Amino acid sequence: MTQRRPILSMPVGLLFLLPAMVFVAVFLVFPSLWVLWISLTNQTLTGEAALRPRFVGLANFRALFDFENWMVRGYFGNALRNSVLFVIGSALIGQAGLGLAIAWAFYRRRGIWRELIYTLAILAWIIPDVVVAFMWVAYLDRDQGTLNAILSALGMGRVDWLIEQPLLSIIIFNTWRGAAFSMLLFSSALATLPPSYLEAAAVAGARPWQAFRDIILPSIRSHIITDLVLITLWTFNTFTPYLITAGGPTFRSEVVSIYTFRIAFQHFEFGRGAAVAVVMMLINLALALVYLSTLRREARAR
Amino acid sequence: MARIRLEGVTKVFGAVVAVDDLTLTIEDGEFFALLGPSGCGKTTTLRMVAGLERPTRGRIFIGERDVTDLPPQARDIAMVFQDYALYPHMTIMENIGYPLKVRRYARSEIHRRVREVAEVLQIADLLDRRPGQLSGGQQQRAAVARALVYPPQAFLFDEPLSNLDAKLRLEARSFLKHLQKSLGITTIYVTHDQAEAMALADRIGVMDRGRLLQVGSPIEIYRRPRNTFVATFIGSPPMNLLRCRFQQAEAVLVLGDGQALALGERAEALRRAFRDGEPLWLGIRPEHLALAEGPGPTHLAARVYAVEPLGVETLVTVQVDAERIALRLSVDEPPVLREQVWVRVPMERALFFREGGELAL
Repeated sequence: MTQRRPILSMPVGLLFLLPAMVFVAVFLVFPSLWVLWISLTNQTLTGEAALRPRFVGLANFRALFDFENWMVRGYFGNALRNSVLFVIGSALIGQAGLGLAIAWAFYRRRGIWRELIYTLAILAWIIPDVVVAFMWVAYLDRDQGTLNAILSALGMGRVDWLIEQPLLSIIIFNTWRGAAFSMLLFSSALATLPPSYLEAAAVAGARPWQAFRDIILPSIRSHIITDLVLITLWTFNTFTPYLITAGGPTFRSEVVSIYTFRIAFQHFEFGRGAAVAVVMMLINLALALVYLSTLRREARAR
Repeated sequence: MARIRLEGVTKVFGAVVAVDDLTLTIEDGEFFALLGPSGCGKTTTLRMVAGLERPTRGRIFIGERDVTDLPPQARDIAMVFQDYALYPHMTIMENIGYPLKVRRYARSEIHRRVREVAEVLQIADLLDRRPGQLSGGQQQRAAVARALVYPPQAFLFDEPLSNLDAKLRLEARSFLKHLQKSLGITTIYVTHDQAEAMALADRIGVMDRGRLLQVGSPIEIYRRPRNTFVATFIGSPPMNLLRCRFQQAEAVLVLGDGQALALGERAEALRRAFRDGEPLWLGIRPEHLALAEGPGPTHLAARVYAVEPLGVETLVTVQVDAERIALRLSVDEPPVLREQVWVRVPMERALFFREGGELAL
């Protein structure tokens, strides 16, 4: 690397950075620290603790990780378990798997089917949350829902999806909702591969699935890692399932983001809510660090 | 090892006929070069043999087997691509061993065979590296090694030397020829470089605009090109073509500027082939032309346009009327620029093409 002369002197450079730094400080760093502080108090919306919140140390965190009723519905362990299932089911398997499958199915192909599938997937991705939630409630409703109308027309029984399979419902919903991102990322990654890669594999005698496993997957590895981490973070933090099941019935589809919302803004226990938020931040941070270190290792291996 | 036969093979892309009714047999063990300018359909032909493109019409046979409807995996061929298509995430060992890996060979057997091929290709010390750490010439050898590791019925090469610099290319060329001769595997080699085709092939097929114009040994094609396209595509510099008119009574050819060349002993043959006054192309290779001291019945007055000393010989371009003619001379004192010279045209060496381009004599 050659040493390049900086375009601006240090003080002028800092001056240009200042507005952005102020914004980051006011709207990101400060609220985070504020949340961290609240999580160490017993602040609530009403009552005595609202006026004079007391410092309670790690009591809020201890309550979260109270293993006596940890996995009981409505408690943090249950929400964490739901979140893990939700992330694995809808992000890792659902979105990434479906996205890769679609991108691979239409690799180096054109035509009406590709346009149709891509358009539908992208539509599902860009429609506003509220509209999408309403569509899915209407689709899955027991008595008036489209899905049950189809099933009963086929002679199968009606299922009350949102009551009987709430977690599965939001997993399928979120898969449908987000597959487009992975699909677009993977199909642009595939487009960068020289056509001769697959052709050489075919001539070498590799069956399509062997070529996919040995050539395609390793070639787009860094894209896959990027995709997995991004959608894991997004799915872990998404709040849209609340609009469909509201976390219910009886907390069966309550993921961590909904749990936080319930504790902080329905029970108005700001201290405990903030503690959950801090735990969420730490989980996100851990995921992001794994992501960054993996990408750095990838970059070094090349 | 096998003979490859193409029968009436046609490939149409939309409105473009890339390969037009091509029939060709490549003998067992033969080194066959498909030669032509870019877009002539030679690569498409190769890709159809490989199974990467499906012919619109026609059949392809490898050995006695009709492979037209078989996928590349089932054709038992090996191909070296122009960009080598080595996988950056695999070591050279893994790259070369890939054809064995997909056939589920044992690890130890793969290592043994890869090492063996790598010895032959002199890249045994590079097996732990990745393609990105190899030079162009080494990558090319690794790609050849991958093609060799599982002995195929036929080798297909798609311009494998075009990404190498001039010096490496010569080296790789003799290496490939030696290798092919010692293995005796039927080989189709696609190139746009006539020198490469001449140097490597037992036979050459010259293609243009989807059609196979001529098939023959390098010498045949060099000595008797079937038409003016082949004549001007082969040779460096290519064959000189002079537009002239046959005058039967005087037994001469008259050039555009009125100069006449006596036909001598060939007059009789031309009289049978051409009408009086018919326009034609006189074709003559640069190495057959010589400078003369003064005027003569087969001498042309010309002016020197450029002189390029090449060491062994000197390339002299002269201008006759509006046309330029190349001469390869091995003289110690070449003419100088703009000098008036006489060029002797040895009629016994000349070829005569019809106005439309096909060879008549």
